[in-house]
Amino acid sequence: MDARQAAELAARTSYGRLVAYLAASWRDVARAEDALGDALVAALETWPQSGVPEKPEAWLLSVARRRLIDGARHASVAAATTDALRIVVERAQEEASMDVQFPDERLKLLFVCAHPAIDEGIRTPLMLQTVLGLDAAAIASAFLVSPATMGQRLVRAKTKIRDAGIHFDLPEAHELPERVEAVLEAIYAVYGTSWDDVAGADARRRGLAEEAIYLGRLVVGLLPDEPEAGGLLALMLHCEARRPARRDADGRYVPLTDQDVARWSTPLLKEAEQILHAASRPNRPGRFQLEAAIQSVHAARAATGRTDWDAIALLYEGLLRCAPTIGAHVGHAAALAETRGAAAGLRALDAMPAAVSAYQPYWALRAHLLRAVGRGDDARDAYGRAIGLTEDGAARAFLVAQAAAVR
Amino acid sequence: MKYTVLVYETETDFAARTDAKRKDAYWGAYRAYTKALTDAGVMAGGAGLQPPAVGTTLRHRDGKRRVQDGPYAEAKEQLGGYYVLDVPDLDTALEWAARCPSASTGAVEVRPNLS
Repeated sequence: MDARQAAELAARTSYGRLVAYLAASWRDVARAEDALGDALVAALETWPQSGVPEKPEAWLLSVARRRLIDGARHASVAAATTDALRIVVERAQEEASMDVQFPDERLKLLFVCAHPAIDEGIRTPLMLQTVLGLDAAAIASAFLVSPATMGQRLVRAKTKIRDAGIHFDLPEAHELPERVEAVLEAIYAVYGTSWDDVAGADARRRGLAEEAIYLGRLVVGLLPDEPEAGGLLALMLHCEARRPARRDADGRYVPLTDQDVARWSTPLLKEAEQILHAASRPNRPGRFQLEAAIQSVHAARAATGRTDWDAIALLYEGLLRCAPTIGAHVGHAAALAETRGAAAGLRALDAMPAAVSAYQPYWALRAHLLRAVGRGDDARDAYGRAIGLTEDGAARAFLVAQAAAVR
Repeated sequence: MKYTVLVYETETDFAARTDAKRKDAYWGAYRAYTKALTDAGVMAGGAGLQPPAVGTTLRHRDGKRRVQDGPYAEAKEQLGGYYVLDVPDLDTALEWAARCPSASTGAVEVRPNLS
C-alpha cells in the first residue's frame, strides 16, 4: 500500500472518530474538520517521503491538534501555508510515536448533529459530513439541493453549534429517548434517499445506503441497550436484502409482492432477523422495531411462499398508534386491501388526512385499488397523478404500463 | 419566485416521441408530469419544442449573416422544451424538476428567471 492509499484508508476509517474527538474537546465542529483536513493534506505531502507512520490515526490526530492550537494562537486557521504545516508535522512526528489513546466521541457528535436546536432538515447532512466525511456536493445530490446551498447550510449549522454552545455531552436519562429518536430519524433519512432510487444506477446513492447501514451499526454498537437502534438497523438490512430483486433482468421495476425471493440476499435477511430478535427482547417496542417487523413478515415469504397480510395489517395498526406518518397510513391501507378487499383499502385511503396531494405512493396505491374495483376512469386519473409525481424512470415506466392496461 | 426548468433530451428521447412502441409511454409521462404541475398550482408557462434537427441557427458576424440548419451546438442532450414554475424557492423547484421524465434519461436544468 502506498502513502496515498494509506492516508485515504486512515481518513476513511478514522475520520468520524478524529473529528468527533477534536470537536468534543474544542467545541467547534468546523475548526475540527478544517484541522483534520490540513492534517490529511500534510499526510499526503509527507508520507510518500517519510513513510507511513506506525500509527496513522495518532499521527493525524497530533497534527490536527497542533493546527488547532496554532489556530487559536494566531486566530487564522484558514491561512495554512505549507511551511507552517511542515513545522507542525515535525512536532507531531514525536508525539505520534507515543501510544496515544483517545476516547470514541462519535456518539456525542451524533447527538450534537441531531440536537433539537439544529434545524431538522440539516441534521442528516450534518451527520454525513462530520461523522462520515462526505463532501457537500455528494450530500447535496442526495438531498436534491444545489451544492452551493448545501455548503452554506452546513456552515451555518456548524456556526450555530459553536455560537449556541451546544454541549458535546450525552443527554440526560430523561431526555435520552427523544434524542435517540432524532439520531435514528436522521440515519433513516440517509437510507431513505438511497431507497428512493429504485434503479440503483447512481453509484453515489448506492454508496449512501452503505453509509446509512454503517451509521446504524455504529449506533447499535454505541447504544447496545436501545432497542430502537436495533430496530432501525434490522429495517435497513431487510430493505437492503431485497435491493437486487427490485429490478428484473431487463432493468424493469418489480413491486415487492412480485419479487423473485431467490434474488433476496439470505445473509442480509438472516442478520436482520437476528438483530430484530435481539432488539425485541427487552419488550420495548417502537416505530423502527414495528417497521422492521413488517419487513420481516414480507421476508418470511422466502420460506413459506405466502405473505401473512393479517399480521402486516396488525403491525401497521401499531405503527399508526406510535408514528402516524403518511407512509404508515398508505401501508396500512395496502394491507387492508389484501385482507379485506380493494374497497376496504380505498375507504382507508379516503379517510386519510388531506396532505397527500404530492405523495406518490398514495396515488400509486389508489390507482391500483380503483382499477381492482373496476373504476377505470378514476384509476387512469390516479395513475396520471402517480406518474407525474414519480422521479425514478423505472418506476415511471411500470406505472405507465399499468395505466395503459386499465380497461 | 419564477424558475425555468430546461428539459434536455437525448436522441433516444426525441425518437421516442414518434416511435410506435414508445410514444404512448413518452407522451403519457409528460402529460402526467404537466398535469401534476398544473394541479399543484406551480405551472406558470412552458412549451415543448420540436427536435433540434428542425431548428435553424443564425449569427451576425462582421456584417455577414450566417444561417445554419440545426441546433446552436452539437451536444448529446438537446433542449426539448421548458417549463416555467412559480414556486417559493429553489428547493421546491428542484423537487419538481427531479420528477421531469427527462431527469432520468437526459437532464434538467433549473434557472431562476430574471425578475
